[in-house]
Amino acid sequence: MILAFIEHVAGAPTMLSLEVLTMASRLARKMGTQLEAVAIGPKAVAAAEILSSYGVSTLHVADDQRLDDYAAAAWAHAVADLAARVNPRVIIGTASDRGGEVIAHVATRMTMPMAANCTEIVPGDPFTVTRQRWGGSLLEEAHLKGTIKLLTIAPHALAAEASPSRTQVATDTFSPALEDKDFRVRLKISLAQARVVVGGGRGVGSAEGFAALEELAGLLGGAVGCSRAVTSLGWRPHSDQVGQTGTRIAPDLYIACGISGAIQHMVGCRAAKHILAINTDPGAPIVAQADFAVIGDVQKVLAAVNAEVRRVKAGEPSRSPA
Amino acid sequence: MNILVCIKRVPATAGQITLTPDGQDIDTRYLGFTISPHEECAVEEAVRMIEAHGGITTVLTLGPEAATDQLRDAMALGIERAMLLETDGREWDPVATASAIVQAIEAERAAGRSYDLVLFGNESADSAGYQVGVRVADALDLPCVTGIKAIELADGHATVRRQTESGWETAEVSLPAVLTVKEGLNLPRYPSLPGRLKAKKKEIGRIKPQWQGGGLEKIRLKLPVQAEHTVEILGTNGDAGAQLVEVFQRLRLL
Ligand SMILES: Cc1cc2nc3c(=O)[nH]c(=O)nc-3n(C[C@H](O)[C@H](O)[C@H](O)COP(=O)(O)OP(=O)(O)OC[C@H]3O[C@@H](n4cnc5c(N)ncnc54)[C@H](O)[C@@H]3O)c2cc1C
Ligand SMILES: Nc1ncnc2c1ncn2[C@@H]1O[C@H](COP(=O)(O)O)[C@@H](O)[C@H]1O
Repeated sequence: MILAFIEHVAGAPTMLSLEVLTMASRLARKMGTQLEAVAIGPKAVAAAEILSSYGVSTLHVADDQRLDDYAAAAWAHAVADLAARVNPRVIIGTASDRGGEVIAHVATRMTMPMAANCTEIVPGDPFTVTRQRWGGSLLEEAHLKGTIKLLTIAPHALAAEASPSRTQVATDTFSPALEDKDFRVRLKISLAQARVVVGGGRGVGSAEGFAALEELAGLLGGAVGCSRAVTSLGWRPHSDQVGQTGTRIAPDLYIACGISGAIQHMVGCRAAKHILAINTDPGAPIVAQADFAVIGDVQKVLAAVNAEVRRVKAGEPSRSPA
Repeated sequence: MNILVCIKRVPATAGQITLTPDGQDIDTRYLGFTISPHEECAVEEAVRMIEAHGGITTVLTLGPEAATDQLRDAMALGIERAMLLETDGREWDPVATASAIVQAIEAERAAGRSYDLVLFGNESADSAGYQVGVRVADALDLPCVTGIKAIELADGHATVRRQTESGWETAEVSLPAVLTVKEGLNLPRYPSLPGRLKAKKKEIGRIKPQWQGGGLEKIRLKLPVQAEHTVEILGTNGDAGAQLVEVFQRLRLL
């Protein structure tokens, strides 16, 4: 069996993945074996629809919410667990940044060699591949050893070609035995794309003071931002800075904590649909420009809000306002 | 802070690549050698980190004696220590390369030097295996982020960014960690003359790892087929104006 690692956006395979599937289904025919696929991430099951035009017999989908966000080591763990169970002869993925990274981790986990950026595959013993070196200005013919062949396919080495006949795609959901250390690299939601940004200014008080903002951002699935005063004080990296010389954000909600609302800051969050200001000074410019405001100390307000959000997320009823 | 940078000596290929008659290698008789570009940025980044946070940087390469040139180039930019894992010039595959690097790092650890950060290029310029860094990280049980174009260090952890089709992706990882970087991370400085002189005198640590075959065995190299191609010369110097306008119109640019 050949196992193709599919990259997709909400169940729609990427162009490069369709190329991989085309290569993999030809290879499966040559080897007289089946083609199966594995997809990870939100709505992976929906990929079955398109995979049916590429000769895939089974789509394996990892069932673990922790895999929703990309984490190379965790995704590779899932693929390696699956491979140990279904025993493929070949594992094939795209040579995209993610594909290359995941397959390299799978290779080390399974102590197998791996060939990157292949353009041709001739199965058999020896198993021969042609792969790109020097960004494609040079090709290498090589024998790929190992009982399971791991490879990535160079982008646009061939054109994606759907088959006119469709197969019936069975779905297999599996639960990989993930470990905490698979999530040591924490992907953060980018400031520019976050639906909620919790921004902090000098009023947060210290670098440590941002813990409460981090918590709220985590609870709401958002990102932490900051003002230039905070970057200058060295409390946060410049990549967090919102404003004229920082990032322009357009969240559904911008929660500005201890930020005065200087014009240079406001141009960075002008596109926010709603602004909630938390400030001790009711006369701060940010308050006048906000849709909602809480007058008070950042730490006290957030402590109360975070506790409340945690309670609600745990399924407890919200305490009605006194 | 202890930082290790792994670099590779690669031929500085020019307009066209020529292969040796047996197709085993690039004909390098008329070529110079250089550090793979992604790794030049790794070297620069390591030097900047030490300038900002203090500590010691080490550069390592697996290659022939001549690769000491690249180690000295790195030291000329401000790297303090260098290590050569000396080979007889044969190409080591990614599995073998990674395992030799892991052994060297473990030997250093046993001698009292453990690294907070190990930097790699995302892929080597010549063989582009896209895996040595990942393999080293997994073997040492360290977290790994690949393809990085920005790094910020703060007590005990790194915030790194990589460019994706849809924008920037940020990740946070605690140290020790392995990071593989891409060109664009920074703009490497030029070595200063004093830097070069200092680098010349520095000692280079040497290890001779046992040759290992790997699971990816090179059979031969070949050049991609080039399509037949002709060029239309439109003129020289100032006499080509009208022809150029004609081309622009043909291409519907005017
Ligand atoms: C491993 C590796 C990776 C590399 N990756 C990249 C990469 O990603 N991108 C990249 O660009 N380079 C890369 N390089 C560098 C690359 O090899 C070249 O050195 C570089 O592209 C040369 O840039 P250039 O053509 O601008 O300069 P040069 O090679 O110096 O060429 C200048 C050209 O300008 C012409 N010229 C000079 N004066 C005039 C004039 N008055 N009017 C008209 N024409 C004139 C010259 O005839 C010449 O053709 C890499 C090198 C290595 C070793
Ligand atoms: N011979 C070598 N010596 C030292 N480092 C190497 C060597 N080969 C590869 N590397 C490192 O591993 C990275 C990835 O290499 P590769 O897997 O060949 O694409 C390179 O960018 C280097 O940082």
